[in-house]
Amino acid sequence: MPQALSRRSFARASLIGAAAAVIAPRLAFADAKSVAAEIAKLYGDRAMSAGRIKLDLAQIAENGLAAPIGVEVESPMTEKDFVRSIHIFADGNPAPGVVTFKFTPDCGRAAASTRIRLAQSQNIVVIAEMSDGQLFSHRQDVKVTVGGCAG
Amino acid sequence: MSANINPRVRLPQKAKPGEIIEIRTLVSHQMETGQRVDGAGARIPRKIINRFTASFNGKTVFEADWQPAISANPYQSFSFRARESGEFKFVWRDDDGVEHTASATLTVG
Repeated sequence: MPQALSRRSFARASLIGAAAAVIAPRLAFADAKSVAAEIAKLYGDRAMSAGRIKLDLAQIAENGLAAPIGVEVESPMTEKDFVRSIHIFADGNPAPGVVTFKFTPDCGRAAASTRIRLAQSQNIVVIAEMSDGQLFSHRQDVKVTVGGCAG
Repeated sequence: MSANINPRVRLPQKAKPGEIIEIRTLVSHQMETGQRVDGAGARIPRKIINRFTASFNGKTVFEADWQPAISANPYQSFSFRARESGEFKFVWRDDDGVEHTASATLTVG
């Protein structure tokens, strides 16, 4: 009988251990709060509008190691009225920041694309700042089949 | 390790005045995130290219600040409105301070 008990407590202990192993790496991930904190660091509590941002990102990313992402913001891109920057954040990666694009009127279009790592299914948040200080935001969730968290 | 990132830049050689062209760039780089551990359990230090800058005739036209979430062999595309002939210079800045460059000529007319 004592043997059965010890086997049971062993099983319980290893279950807790397995749970801890699953939870532990998650503690090192960003979340919606840390994304909001990063945005607040840049822009405080300034108002954000919807619209103008077109995000080109698959709803389902097959390869989390290199997911193509493109973004374009509606703007005449003149000396007086252009898109100054676009920030992209992810709330399920080890860090919330992904990339910042800085534009000039010489770009002609406020458009850029790259490839990003997605550790798991999560939300992508895009913030665009216009030359007059107006802010626009956009959010999209992305399902990730194979996470890009190698190692 | 940062000896050669083999920059590849694609853009049209010629453009009409006012035409908006697309510039596509690609370099070879591990983009080590700083999150991975090696076989012995030690953390592999972060080493990425953290900034890409494109300038035309000496004037910065586009920049990208890359975080570790940018994939290995980073790709970057952006647009440019052609007004005059000139030369592009592209700079990739590594965490180790090394700057890699490439250039390309655009003829407008």
